[in-house]
Amino acid sequence: MKKSYGIIIGIIVITFLIYRFAAGFYNTAIVYQEDAKTAWSKVESAYQRRADLIPNLVNTVKGYAAHEKETLEAVVKARASATQTKIDPSNITPEQLAKFQQAQQGLSGALSRLLVTVEKYPDLKADKHFLELQSQLEGTENRIKVERDRYNDAVNKYNIHIKRFPGNLLAGMFGFKEMARFQSEKGAEKAPKVQF
Amino acid sequence: MFNVSGQDLPPLKIEEDGLPAKPPLSVQQSHSVYDYAKLLSPEERRMLETKISKYYDSTSTQIVIATVKRVNDDISLYATEWAHKWGIGQKDKGNGIFILISKDDRKITIRTGYGVEHLLTDALTRRIIETEIISYFKNGQYYKGLSRAVDAIIKVMAGEYKNDLSKDYGSGEYIFWIILAIILFIFILNIFSKGGGSGNGGSWRSSGPIIYSGSGSSSWGSSSGGSWGGGFSGGFGGGGFGGGGATGSW
Repeated sequence: MKKSYGIIIGIIVITFLIYRFAAGFYNTAIVYQEDAKTAWSKVESAYQRRADLIPNLVNTVKGYAAHEKETLEAVVKARASATQTKIDPSNITPEQLAKFQQAQQGLSGALSRLLVTVEKYPDLKADKHFLELQSQLEGTENRIKVERDRYNDAVNKYNIHIKRFPGNLLAGMFGFKEMARFQSEKGAEKAPKVQF
Repeated sequence: MFNVSGQDLPPLKIEEDGLPAKPPLSVQQSHSVYDYAKLLSPEERRMLETKISKYYDSTSTQIVIATVKRVNDDISLYATEWAHKWGIGQKDKGNGIFILISKDDRKITIRTGYGVEHLLTDALTRRIIETEIISYFKNGQYYKGLSRAVDAIIKVMAGEYKNDLSKDYGSGEYIFWIILAIILFIFILNIFSKGGGSGNGGSWRSSGPIIYSGSGSSSWGSSSGGSWGGGFSGGFGGGGFGGGGATGSW
């Protein structure tokens, strides 16, 4: 009689402990996953912001350099393919992200070629509207870098959580999959960044 | 820990992420200009801080200026992460503005918080740098350039934010201390009426003022902050930065 009571209490305690661990793991994973998704939506909106600037930019450049047709068309085309490449935030795979990154890099390349071309047109470079667009574009490139870094940090946190033992035993059961990160840019050294 | 003159800033510790550690609350409350590169005289720093602190009192918008010797990185990104880490501006409003000056690089950057970007656009910050700052910095008139930049920022932001948050908090805190004092008083009277001797009397006399001076000094700090420079009575509010702003060099 006494012995069976002990066993029952033991089972209850162990079940409770396992439940607590699993619930804790699950809830933390959900929070990290949501953070990463939020970070992703900020990445997307930073890229969208860039795409939104382009029609204006193209029109302004056209006013001064209409015969740079090829360069301008390349930008418009790259913009179209970049805005069409969308990612499902609940399932960010390395392949999808690579595709997204490639499309956006295509646009970056076309844009930088356009800005090189602009150097030939001093009137355009002095145009007030163009200067404002240029600074908005610079700011947007900064926003993209910032949001990408933060997305990578958020994904890192989530990935570590679901890959670390013993959580990894449960991750598959709950359907938590690893999320993909942006490839880091070259030459990001760890030098001391500031001097006072 | 801090002089009333407030000139000696504590050294900023660089943490693992390469960014300076967030200063303690007492520093946040007494400083808004972190002049590590010593570009300003104490008097100039105080005048700037007074202006910023006054503007904060009415709008809850936080403007922070820092000067360093050199930034071995993209200053725009570095300043964004710095401001984001410190949490300049209110969390729900994102109304923080951070100005970082790198002396040896001869670079200045203005970073705008999430809730400021739509007013103080990248193009506008660039214009402020080019028209208000650069010409003065070239002549070594750092105070004049910064002062004009702060004026221009305040003008652009006019009417957007009201300080509803810190005032409520302030009065709430005040009431809290009054209630606490009343409860304490009743409690002590109770002890007395139950016939506590002179020993008890001594102990309340010593404990009473300690609590009072605690509350007194905190409200003092926030109200007198404006008169000797000053920072933000509520400390940094946790505002976020997403990379908006512009950078220029002189």
